[in-house]
Amino acid sequence: MTFLHYVRAFRGIVWRELLRFLQQRERFLAALVRPLIWLIIFAAGFRAALGISIIPPYETYITYDVYITPGLLAMIQLFNGMQSSLSMVYDREMGSMRVLLTTPLPRWFLLVARLFAGVLVSLFQVYTFLFVAYLCGVELPPWGYVAALPALILTGMMFGALGMLLSSTIKQLENFAGIMNFVIFPMFFASSALYPLWKMREGSWILYEICFYNPFTWAVELIRFAFYQKMNWEALAVVAGCTAVFLALSVWAYDPSRGIQQRKAMGPAGG
Amino acid sequence: MTMDDTAAGDPRTPQPVLSVQNVSYWYGDKRALDDVSFDVYPGRVTALLGPNGAGKTTLFSLITRLFDAPSGRIEIDGRAASDWGFKVLGPLGVVFQQPTLDLDLSVRQNLRYFAALRGLARRDADERMEKALTSLDMQERIGEKVRALNGGHRRRVEIARALLHSPKLLLLDEPTIGLDDPTREAIVRHIHDLAVADNIGVLWATHLFDEVESKDALVVIDKGRVVARGDVAGIEKETGSDSLAEAFRRLTGDRVEEVAA
Repeated sequence: MTFLHYVRAFRGIVWRELLRFLQQRERFLAALVRPLIWLIIFAAGFRAALGISIIPPYETYITYDVYITPGLLAMIQLFNGMQSSLSMVYDREMGSMRVLLTTPLPRWFLLVARLFAGVLVSLFQVYTFLFVAYLCGVELPPWGYVAALPALILTGMMFGALGMLLSSTIKQLENFAGIMNFVIFPMFFASSALYPLWKMREGSWILYEICFYNPFTWAVELIRFAFYQKMNWEALAVVAGCTAVFLALSVWAYDPSRGIQQRKAMGPAGG
Repeated sequence: MTMDDTAAGDPRTPQPVLSVQNVSYWYGDKRALDDVSFDVYPGRVTALLGPNGAGKTTLFSLITRLFDAPSGRIEIDGRAASDWGFKVLGPLGVVFQQPTLDLDLSVRQNLRYFAALRGLARRDADERMEKALTSLDMQERIGEKVRALNGGHRRRVEIARALLHSPKLLLLDEPTIGLDDPTREAIVRHIHDLAVADNIGVLWATHLFDEVESKDALVVIDKGRVVARGDVAGIEKETGSDSLAEAFRRLTGDRVEEVAA
C-alpha cells in the first residue's frame, strides 16, 4: 500500500460523501432551517430581554444574535456528526460499509477518512449558514470567518467522533433516533450556547457544573474565541482531548458485524 | 463424508489462491462453522454449495475479515490474514449477497469510488471501467443512477466493480439470487469464462445446482461442516448418485427441500 493509495482512497471517500450530501437536498435544507429558526425567531425575541455584558472574547457590547451564533454553528456540526454516524449505521446495515471495510487499508484510516468527509460536509453547512446570517444582519469580524476555520474543523471532528462512538455502540438502526435525542438536545441546552456560564451560575449552581463539564460548551467557546482571533487554550485542550478519546474509543469499538451477529444468533438467515 | 481434493499434493498443481484451514466460528453459543477446510485454485471456479443457513455467508465474512476468525487459518494468495492483517485483502474481489452499490450515485460514480479505494489513478480506473462494463454489456448505462437499474444490471455492475483492480481471487456470495433465468445464465457463463481467461480463482457460494458446471471444483457445506469436496463427477460417484441433486440429498439428508434444483 503506497502513500498514493492512501491519498486516492481518502480523496475517494471525501468525494463520495460530498456527492451524497449534494444529492440530499432535504438534509441540506434541514441543516440550515434549524439554526436559522433559532437565529431569526429565538434570538430576535431574546435580543430585547437579554443583555450580554462584556466578557471575553468580546470587547464591546454585542447583540444576542451575535452571541448565539457560535452555539448555532456548533449545533449544526453536532447534528451533522450525528447524521453522519446515522449514515454509517445505515451503511453497515445495508451492506455498503462492507465495500469500504474490505479495502486493503487499515480500518482506523478508513473510519477517520469517513469522519473527515463528514466534517467537510459540516463546514459547507456552517459557511452557508453564516452567509445567510450575514444577510440577516449578524456581523462578525471579517477575519473571524477565516480564523474560525481550524476551530470548526476540530469541533467538527469531535462531534463526528462522538457520533461514530455512539454508532459503534448501538446494535440496530432503530435504536439510533432515541440515542440522538438523548444526546443532541441535552448537549445543546446544557452549554454556553444560549447563555454565558456566569449567567448560568447565577441561576443554578448544579446546572452551571453540568454546563462546565459539557464538551459542547468548550466547542462553542473555541469557535467563539476563534471568531475574534483569540485562542481559548482551555477550550482547545478539552476539544482536542475529547476528539482523541472519542476517536480512539470509536475505532476500537467499531464492529462491522454488529447487527449481523445479533440477527444470526437469533436464527439462520442467508447462507 | 469428506473427500479430499484430488489435486492436493500434486507438484504440478498451482498454489491455492485461497486456503481455508480448520476454521470454526460461533455466534454466541451457536456454532456456525465447524472445522471447515478447503482450497481454491487459480483459473477455476470452486462452487460452495449448501442450503440456506449452512454457513456460506459467515465463511465469506471471515475470508473478507469482516469477522475475526477465532480459530483456524485463512490464507489469500499465500498470505495469512492473522499475519498480514488488512493487506491480505489486496488481491480480493467480492460480490456480497446483499447489494452494496450506492443507489443515489451513478454507475460511473460507484465504480470510481471503488477504484479510488483500491488506489487506482483516475485514467487507469476509467479504462478498466470501460473494459469491465463492456464485457458485461453495461457500457451504455455508465451514466445512469444505480437506482434506475434493474436487479440483474445492478449485479453486473457489482461484478464489474469487483473486477476493476484485477483480483486474483473473486468471492461471489449467491450473486444470482433474485434474478431471472436468462440473466442468471449469462452471469454464470461470464464468470466461468473469466476464471479461465484471466486465471482468477473464483469461490462461488450458491444453493442452486444448475450454477455448478461439471468442470468446477465443489465444496458441499451443511450445518457449518464440509460434508464433501472434490469434483462433481467424483462426488456423484462417491455417493452412488446419478446427479448432483441426488448426491446433495444423500449428503445433507432431508435438508434438500431447501435447495432449488
